[in-house]
Amino acid sequence: MNAMLAIFRRELLLAMRARTEWLMPPFFFTVVVTLFGLGAEPNDPKLAAFAPAILWVAALLSTLLTLERLFRADLEDGTLEQLCLGATPLAVVALAKLLGHWVLTGLPLVLLAAPLAVGLGVSSASVPTLVAGLALGTPCISLVGGFVAALTVGLPRGGLLLPALVLPLITPALIFGTGAVRAAQQGLDAGAPLYFLAAILVLSLTLIPWVASAALRNAFD
Amino acid sequence: MHLRGANGAGKSSLLEVLAGLRRPAAGVLRRDPDPLPLHWVGHRNALNPHLSAVENLRFWCEFNGHAVSRVAPALDRMALPAGARRRAVRTLSAGQKRRSALARLVLAPRPLWLLDEPLDGLDVDGIATFASLLSEHLNGGGIAVVTSHQALPKELPAVREWTLQR
Repeated sequence: MNAMLAIFRRELLLAMRARTEWLMPPFFFTVVVTLFGLGAEPNDPKLAAFAPAILWVAALLSTLLTLERLFRADLEDGTLEQLCLGATPLAVVALAKLLGHWVLTGLPLVLLAAPLAVGLGVSSASVPTLVAGLALGTPCISLVGGFVAALTVGLPRGGLLLPALVLPLITPALIFGTGAVRAAQQGLDAGAPLYFLAAILVLSLTLIPWVASAALRNAFD
Repeated sequence: MHLRGANGAGKSSLLEVLAGLRRPAAGVLRRDPDPLPLHWVGHRNALNPHLSAVENLRFWCEFNGHAVSRVAPALDRMALPAGARRRAVRTLSAGQKRRSALARLVLAPRPLWLLDEPLDGLDVDGIATFASLLSEHLNGGGIAVVTSHQALPKELPAVREWTLQR
């Protein structure tokens, strides 16, 4: 637990030192969503229909911006070697780093989503569903993306491979997340897609730290 | 033990295999089920460039469950100047970075040290400081496997030299 807290604190401290890196995802998210709003006709009702997809895809792409550096910086400066040799299981280390990534990248997007959704014409009754979906889905993006980042950390051009591998893997979360908002917009029960999202999150939380740790160990071979 | 050999002879690779960082390309490595706790100082210093030496070492103390009060004495032991301790590591010289990395050896006693080119970047004083630290470790019953292009300081006790051939 101490090791997890130490990694978490370090991630926050590093985010304070390299602010531009961590401010980029919320900035990118806001700009992309706003550009969609500006590009459509004023008061176009279709915009509200497309809003869930716009917000989810923007959140997905924004999260990808910081994923490549998640483990690469530690590999480059030798920290990863020490983390591998420590008494703390590498899966715990990976989990702490992935949770830190979500707090710094995913959580700000969840908080920004509500005002941006209202700006796109999403009814206020559907906004809580959108926020709940992103609160469940963005950790999935950090976890799945973190696994791929671990898998590609030792590759010279791993950054190019990262989106190509993450985007197909995260498609189920995107489908259930946007589906939940669409259901809420039509006055239907959004519970089922949100439960599926929660199931994906639990599965990712259970499995990904272990497979990511195995991938990180392979970076040295 | 001092591992010597030409560039590319496999000194660092052997050390990484001994540490458990990588699998041997051929042959078998037999590992004690209860291995000795080890300190590893590789080519890379394991210091984040955006953090200071103190912040980096504080992290390693917290991560390994040691008291953070050990940081200042460790940096004193490696004679890192006070002015360099709170500056971002990226602004330090290569020798100061190496001293900060070697200070990790002082944070907690561990019987086995695996050190890859520990003298890289160190000046004469730095080499003397490292030699006294290593002597203390060896005289206290510790084991060290060191790769180095340079001859190790003469005052070190019981150094066995192994030369790797390509």
